[in-house]
Amino acid sequence: MKKKNKTVLRKRSGTLKRSERITELTFISPSIIGVLLFFILPFFVVIYYSLIDNPINAEFVFLENFSKIFRNEAFQLASKNTVLFSVIAVPLVVVLSLLLALLLDTKIPFKTQLRASFLCPLMVPTASVVLIWQVLFHKSGTINQLTEIVGAQPVDWLKSGSGMVVVIVMFLWKNLGYNMILFLAALSNIPGDVMEVATLEGAGPVYKFFHLKLRYLSPAILFVTILSLINSFKIFREVYLLTGDYPFDSLYMLQHFMNNTFNMLEYQKLSSAAIIMALVMVVIIGIMFIVEYWFGKDVE
Amino acid sequence: MRPGSIKRQKIKQKTVTVILTVCAIFCAAVFLFPTVMTIANSFMTQKEINANYGTMISNFDRDEGKKTYISDKLNLKLIPDKVSAEQYKTVLFKSSDYLMKFWNSVILVVPIVLFQIVVASLAAYSFARYRGKLKEMLFFLYVILMLMPYQVTLVPNYLVADKLGLLDTRLAIILPGIFAPFSVFLLAKVMRRIPKSYIEAAKLDGAGEIQIFTQICLPLSRSAIFSVTLLLFIDYWNMVEQPLIMLSDSDYHPLSVFLSKINSGDVGLAFAVAVIYMIPTLLMFLYGEDYLVEGITYSGGIKG
Repeated sequence: MKKKNKTVLRKRSGTLKRSERITELTFISPSIIGVLLFFILPFFVVIYYSLIDNPINAEFVFLENFSKIFRNEAFQLASKNTVLFSVIAVPLVVVLSLLLALLLDTKIPFKTQLRASFLCPLMVPTASVVLIWQVLFHKSGTINQLTEIVGAQPVDWLKSGSGMVVVIVMFLWKNLGYNMILFLAALSNIPGDVMEVATLEGAGPVYKFFHLKLRYLSPAILFVTILSLINSFKIFREVYLLTGDYPFDSLYMLQHFMNNTFNMLEYQKLSSAAIIMALVMVVIIGIMFIVEYWFGKDVE
Repeated sequence: MRPGSIKRQKIKQKTVTVILTVCAIFCAAVFLFPTVMTIANSFMTQKEINANYGTMISNFDRDEGKKTYISDKLNLKLIPDKVSAEQYKTVLFKSSDYLMKFWNSVILVVPIVLFQIVVASLAAYSFARYRGKLKEMLFFLYVILMLMPYQVTLVPNYLVADKLGLLDTRLAIILPGIFAPFSVFLLAKVMRRIPKSYIEAAKLDGAGEIQIFTQICLPLSRSAIFSVTLLLFIDYWNMVEQPLIMLSDSDYHPLSVFLSKINSGDVGLAFAVAVIYMIPTLLMFLYGEDYLVEGITYSGGIKG
């Protein structure tokens, strides 16, 4: 996962020659100019917009826009659904992808074919398979036909509170493969001699997993958790393709809220919502850095 | 140990392996199911598709298709009654609309991927070759930006596009895409692993910075560049959020957005269009699976 490499191309900036300084700048400048122009500078405009009453009057109202948006019902619903989705989907995707990686780490045949099948959903555009999901979860669709045999009542999956289940299934299907690869890489980094000694001393597979492997895997688990959390904010794509602009209430996500606000060109709402989300992300990323720092030290 | 107990243990181990294999194959089947289904259904006749899925389309006129049979229940079928290329023929030769949308996807995604790789490999070289306090802070900023969701980054992107008069043009999506920091991050991590001695040796031979970049850094990170290209392509090929916000005219929408709309209209064609749309990424997967895996592995861990 994380290697401190001593062969790194490192130079103290104080000792740079003038010609080197020029190359350094020319090589990086296209990227910096683009990032400044399209992301950083306009973000200051976003901050400005979030603090004024409207672009024409431009009177400072400080936090009024923020308190307004916290009281906005659509924003509340969207945040609630997004958080609920993340809280359920993220732990599921971490545990299941770890299980898949452990499965592929055993001595089973057809490993390459199995790995390819698990990765396949990553390569298939969501839009291409959305029709199959619709057929599966339609009121008179395949899932209901199957549950009917057991005697269950048919559920209108996409137009009821159960919509979340469908979206979670799609999220798992799409993301398990990527996380599994990260876990497989972490598993292959566990020193073999440690495992051998444990086996010789009579440790069973369960003991080895909980007392040895999990310790080596902990940085990977944290990274995958954060990555999945970030991916879980992208679930709008699946919801939109499944249900369009106006989904059932339980599937109304933050990006729906943003889209509708874009359509009405309400810059104040848009800006303050973006800033709230940016702050939440910064907190999450900060936690990640602190945790990775501590665990990184522990393992090395 | 007695030979009997060793034998018993071997049998036990074998049973475990068999059970695990069965589990793994079952999981793999579940993962492949939607894709395989889509491909299988694309070879059905439009009549068969309508009969199987007609009820799903709320505004489907039953009287109009007097003689066609529509099942009340949706029948998900793997094997077509009659294998036919009818859907493909219609999509490719009769209704050019879908091909136009496919082309829309191509002209959005290809420039983003190509130029992002160029801009990013230059920047990554600079990040990897010279490090200082300021550089570290800048790199940190790129990482934060990379992790921000669309809900955050699309707002500044929209404001700039509006100011520059780019709204409703493809450039509103392409330009911010080119400067997205994801590939800078990945390539910088890879280029930092190039041993310093290589560069010193080249310098002694009188190589300039541009030569070091093109003759040493680029060839050594070639496989990483392939990996990043793949990851970028699949990500942008799947884009939905950006066109919805930047392009109000749906004529410019890529197929990824448009597909969800034909689903409710021409179900009879949708499967063939869906398959045509997944061909580029599936081909890349077939030929570049190892690069994909490598790229994902590089992305693990945030710090260089």
